[in-house]
Amino acid sequence: MDLQTLWFAAVAVLWTGFLLLEGFDFGVAALLPVLGRRPADRHLMLRTIGPLWDGNEVWLITAVGAVFAAFPGWYATWLPALYLPFVLVLFGLIIRAVAFEWRHSHHTEAWDATWTRVITAGSLIAAAGIGAALGATTLGLPIDADGTRVGGAFSGLGWPALLGAVAVPAFSVVHGALFLALKTDGPVRDAARRFAGRWAPVAALPLLAWAGVVHLRHGTPVSALLWLVAALAVAVAWTRTRVGREGQAFAAWGVLLVAAVATVFGAAYPVVVPSTIDPAFDVLVSDASVSDYTLTVMTWAAGIGLPVVLGYQAWTYWVFRKRLTSEPQHEAPAEVPA
Amino acid sequence: MDVLDVARWQFGITTVYHFLMVPLTIGLGILVAVMHTMWVRTDKPEWLRMTRFWGRIYLINFVLGVATGLVQEFQFGLAWSEYSRFVGDVFGSLLALEALLAFFLESTFLGLWIFGWGRIPKKLHLAALWAAVIGSIVSAYFIIAANSWMQHPVGVVTDDATGRPVQVDFLAVLTNNTALAAFSHAIVAALMVAGALLVGIGLWHLRKRELAQQPTTDVDHRVWRRSVRLGGWVSLAAFVLVALTGDWQGKLMYQQQPLKMSSAEALCETEAPASFSVFAWGKVGNNECDDVHSITVPYLLSYLAHGDFSTAVPGVNELQEEYGAVYGETYPDDPSRFGALAGEGIDYTPLLAVTYWSFRLMIGMGAVSAGVAAYALWATRKGRVPTSRIGVYGALLAVAAPFVANATGWIFTEMGRQPFVVYPNPDVPVDEQVWFFTAQAVSPGISAAEVWTSLSVLTLVYGALAVVELWLVTRFVRRGVTTGDGAPTPGSTPEGTPDDDLPAGRDGTRRDTDDVLSFAY
Ligand code: HDD
Ligand code: HEM
Ligand code: HEM
Repeated sequence: MDLQTLWFAAVAVLWTGFLLLEGFDFGVAALLPVLGRRPADRHLMLRTIGPLWDGNEVWLITAVGAVFAAFPGWYATWLPALYLPFVLVLFGLIIRAVAFEWRHSHHTEAWDATWTRVITAGSLIAAAGIGAALGATTLGLPIDADGTRVGGAFSGLGWPALLGAVAVPAFSVVHGALFLALKTDGPVRDAARRFAGRWAPVAALPLLAWAGVVHLRHGTPVSALLWLVAALAVAVAWTRTRVGREGQAFAAWGVLLVAAVATVFGAAYPVVVPSTIDPAFDVLVSDASVSDYTLTVMTWAAGIGLPVVLGYQAWTYWVFRKRLTSEPQHEAPAEVPA
Repeated sequence: MDVLDVARWQFGITTVYHFLMVPLTIGLGILVAVMHTMWVRTDKPEWLRMTRFWGRIYLINFVLGVATGLVQEFQFGLAWSEYSRFVGDVFGSLLALEALLAFFLESTFLGLWIFGWGRIPKKLHLAALWAAVIGSIVSAYFIIAANSWMQHPVGVVTDDATGRPVQVDFLAVLTNNTALAAFSHAIVAALMVAGALLVGIGLWHLRKRELAQQPTTDVDHRVWRRSVRLGGWVSLAAFVLVALTGDWQGKLMYQQQPLKMSSAEALCETEAPASFSVFAWGKVGNNECDDVHSITVPYLLSYLAHGDFSTAVPGVNELQEEYGAVYGETYPDDPSRFGALAGEGIDYTPLLAVTYWSFRLMIGMGAVSAGVAAYALWATRKGRVPTSRIGVYGALLAVAAPFVANATGWIFTEMGRQPFVVYPNPDVPVDEQVWFFTAQAVSPGISAAEVWTSLSVLTLVYGALAVVELWLVTRFVRRGVTTGDGAPTPGSTPEGTPDDDLPAGRDGTRRDTDDVLSFAY
């Protein structure tokens, strides 16, 4: 495999990591008004993602950074073509980040309700916007031979963007519900399981449709196989949820995402931004990439850095592995300060 | 205004805003880690309370740094796509490495620190904070290496087919002397910000307690006193280092960007020996250099530029001609790449008023801050408590000074390199140099309306964030370490905090002692 292909795969892995991890915190945030009826429940839900959401978000920063670093031609075509949608994503991410922090910095009912709503809204906006951007970069943007957008501010928002904008939040919501079922105990756990059991098949549809369309356009037998794995994973996740095997259901739902993203990126390769105007204007991996020297440097850095990152992130998850409940616990303090 | 102007305003506003949080994160992070270390080593309660109090401010600020940093990551692509294409071979990898090697470290270990009280062993918990702090410093290094490469491109050759720089020496990019100087300068400047905060807030609390005739023997008194003393010494030491590293930067600037140097001095004609201008009047604002009059210190500028008292420092008029001869008198007549500026004359002199005054504000505000620190140390010598209204409120006001110094330092650096966005490196023969004009850096496909929209949205959001943030921080600071309802006081975890699942949480078993767990959230 040449370095450009390797980095195309690396970018796909980073986006998968982002959707897999931030997916559940987007989902938990989106479910706050649905499953968090009592303040204690909302509080419990937020506690499941409290230590994790910022680390998860760095996967997005790294994914975007890797697109810039390995394929500046992709970065410089994709972002300005979807200028306003990306600004909306930033807006969503900003209000959500500060809301996490501010919500518990002051204690009145109105304050609490406001920032809870902001967390939900910001997460949904960000998830939909990122989905739109990914949908467009795999299915097409109106770009000319120089990679410059043709048409007005919204000309990039065709049906591919819409498909992505539905697929990512839909996936995330069930992902979040399964995460809650896995991480909590008590009424929230039951409600989350019921929610996932009811909605899993529906929520997977847009994602499967997206992967399916990309496959039909440029697919290979391998991507067909991957698509089937994704579809199968939905069935497994659904049935496992219904029999209360939360761990297995969560894992299967993760397989859905991994297989779907692999289908999309595998089928799209070597095109990174297809042009809806003329296939001759498609931006290819080879047009967009940096020099082999720079790719080599980054391969070394990522080869050493990424395993370390994965190691300590996994460790954090392990430290916070316990199920949470809204009842106070009465165990002995682990540490008695002076 | 056309796309270029709006995009420049947007970049300037969002970056300066980001850089209000950044130095506080870096500086306060280091100091909180020191406090936490002292607590682990000595077990003294005042260190724990200091860690909790300053740590909370550190966290509130950190989140804003994250929120505004996100914008930074995207905006090179959004509004500056031609720039991103041009510098892609060098610049993108530094951003990606920053995320991979620094941001993961910061965010993961900070999460562990916040939620790890009482859950992981004491020393490991402390190590988590240090890991996060080191992450911030590493992040600063990579982003400054990226910025310094555009100030002084090294380690590249020009690709004949595309005309773009191709990286050939990554180590040269990492060890760029511009980057090393700027990095050390920015880190010590960050410590000045944290030091000033400790001094201002600490003095205010000491005075308040003194006027309310509270004891000077209890833990809380020691908390504020220690904060003032620590902050004061850090500020003074950092000011010395800021001056030393700044002097290093000045000498590099004289070689690498002589026009920035002369504009910083509003020096029109070449002088030998050159004198340093302290205060200028006349038409600095109109870029009419020859009308500028100023009060000067003889020989000093020669020293700043070159380390002796005789070297000639070239004036703006001479340099403008030199640059015109080498890099062109006018922009190429190609509206698709140069927009409205195509075919227009190139002004190689940055805005004199901006460079001149931002440079002086940076140094002046730093000096103010150092002065306040010296006053605070003197006023609290041998256990004294200052009650002077002017002194204490002055110190509180002066918390802003190093922020202003940081912001103006960057405004000077960034606006002083105009009209280039990638400045030609004079150590390289002219025909091999890499340079790029700001005018050709902007994204070609976007409309001014789009950039106006994002500029307005971001400015409004940032404004709103500033209001809420200041309100929260002020409220928190007023409460101090032990009083008030819902404050981060021992044993009174406020309703709805995420840590009441922790041992010794809200269940009432340990209300009497310092509940470290209640502080984080
Ligand atoms: C508390 C903040 C602070 C203080 C007191 C100072 N600086 Fe500074 N300065 C900065 C904060 C800063 C900064 C914001 O961090 C900059 C912007 C870019 C950089 O690397 O650091 C900067 C840039 C900067 C530059 C521009 C470098 C370039 O364009 O490449 C020079 C020449 C100096 N400084 C020199 C000084 C000198 C001689 C000082 C004397 C005391 C000084 N600074 C105090
Ligand atoms: C965090 C500290 C920084 C501050 C406060 C800052 C400030 C500014 C300002 C005020 C401008 C507007 C210049 C003008 O209108 O003439 C600007 C432009 C710019 N800066 Fe910086 N900057 C910072 C760091 C960086 C870094 C680290 C980079 C790159 C890694 C960078 C890249 C740019 C670019 C691409 C522009 C747009 C082109 C231009 O207008 O010159 N800046 N910055
Ligand atoms: C214009 C160029 C810049 C870009 C693209 C950028 C990017 C970012 C991003 C994406 C974040 C959020 C990280 C997270 O989620 O944890 C961030 C935060 C941070 N950045 Fe920047 N940044 C820039 C300028 C700077 C400069 C010049 C410095 C240091 C001198 C710096 C130091 C930091 C630090 C320490 C943080 C941690 C969070 C905080 O500041 O509170 N950044 N930056």
